[in-house]
Amino acid sequence: MPKIKMPKANTSLDMTTMVDLALLLVTFFMLTASVRVSEPVVVDTPSSTSEKILPDNVLLVSVDRFGKAYFNISNPQVRIKTLTRMGEQYKIEFTDEEKKRFGAMTSIGVPMEKLKDYINLDDPQRQKVKSPGVPSDSTNNQLGEWIQFGRIEAAKQAKTEKEKAESLGRDFKYEQMSFAIKADGAANYIAVQDIIKVFTKLDIYRFNLITNLEQAEE
Amino acid sequence: MAEVNTGDGGGGKHDKKRAKKLSTRIDMTPMVDLAFLLLTFFVMTSTFNKAKTMEINFPADELDPSKQQKVNNALTFIMSKENTIYFYYGEFFPANNKDGKPATELTKTDFSKDGLHKLLLDKNRGTVEEINKLSEQLKTRAIADTTYKRLAINAKGNKAALTVLIKADDKAVYKNVIDLIDELNICQVGKYAVVDMMQAEVDLVTAEGTK
Repeated sequence: MPKIKMPKANTSLDMTTMVDLALLLVTFFMLTASVRVSEPVVVDTPSSTSEKILPDNVLLVSVDRFGKAYFNISNPQVRIKTLTRMGEQYKIEFTDEEKKRFGAMTSIGVPMEKLKDYINLDDPQRQKVKSPGVPSDSTNNQLGEWIQFGRIEAAKQAKTEKEKAESLGRDFKYEQMSFAIKADGAANYIAVQDIIKVFTKLDIYRFNLITNLEQAEE
Repeated sequence: MAEVNTGDGGGGKHDKKRAKKLSTRIDMTPMVDLAFLLLTFFVMTSTFNKAKTMEINFPADELDPSKQQKVNNALTFIMSKENTIYFYYGEFFPANNKDGKPATELTKTDFSKDGLHKLLLDKNRGTVEEINKLSEQLKTRAIADTTYKRLAINAKGNKAALTVLIKADDKAVYKNVIDLIDELNICQVGKYAVVDMMQAEVDLVTAEGTK
């Protein structure tokens, strides 16, 4: 043993500030992250130079490259109520459990007759199902009914929320539901036009066409 | 509890006499590892960009096809197969029409820079120049932001400004229509509508395609 003790080199760094920063960032990303639920269909949207951001409260109809339509409502409560209304229309009873599951789902592309089975599938199985698309032809216009009921229920929901906010003395910001169409760039235009006709028949003329952002050429 | 002793591992004979110095340091390495792992994960998976949209109004269904032709200064685009665009300017006259006007002929163009872009800038020169002048004024702070917006909308909605009708046949894809609308936005065309094709136009495009 040497008699003079050499000062031990301190290998540990003061990491407090770094840890602070790292945890701050982690918290930020965790809070801002939104859960992305897998869609039943891949839609490759065309790009445009439009920088307008899609509103939060939307009724979305996706059109895949074969012209099949998929229906979605962003607000889960409105989704569930719309399902109830559709169930009444088609004499299909949905249990509370099924409604809850439907509220957590994304776009649906199956006709009403198959919807019950579709809801009861497990997530991985559901992804394997080949969706035939929501029927939208004139004899069996389920898409139109979905849109119509969705619109009514969204208005009702906004009303109840407003009343609730007023009774609590809070401000209420009303965001009207917008209608969005997310169509694949390779889809035949006539197929997309048919979907748009479903909307215009219900007196809805204003749409948000979803696109990718592309840099404008000078 | 959570302290980790460092340095005292030597174990001398003074141990019993001295009170143990408690280290206030914690070995944070595993925590930092975990924090950074999570950080990396969230950075990778998070998507910031919300979907972008294009707002558009579609005409009501009962719009009389004959009324569409009354628009002055109208340019009609017909999208067809393989990204081709046909266009004609002004009113549509079928062959052997009553008025004895020459039949409308379609001109072919494409999405290249010298095609559609040039054509639109040329036809819409008045509006483009006016808006350029306005943005110049905006840059030098001669006019306010809101005034600029209002004046730009006025310029686009001007009676003399170009009106574009967009039509697509059954071979056109959705992307073509979006690209065209996008190009119209770039070229400051404020008045456009997506409308159905007339049968005479369908025939004309079919004839043009087989040429």
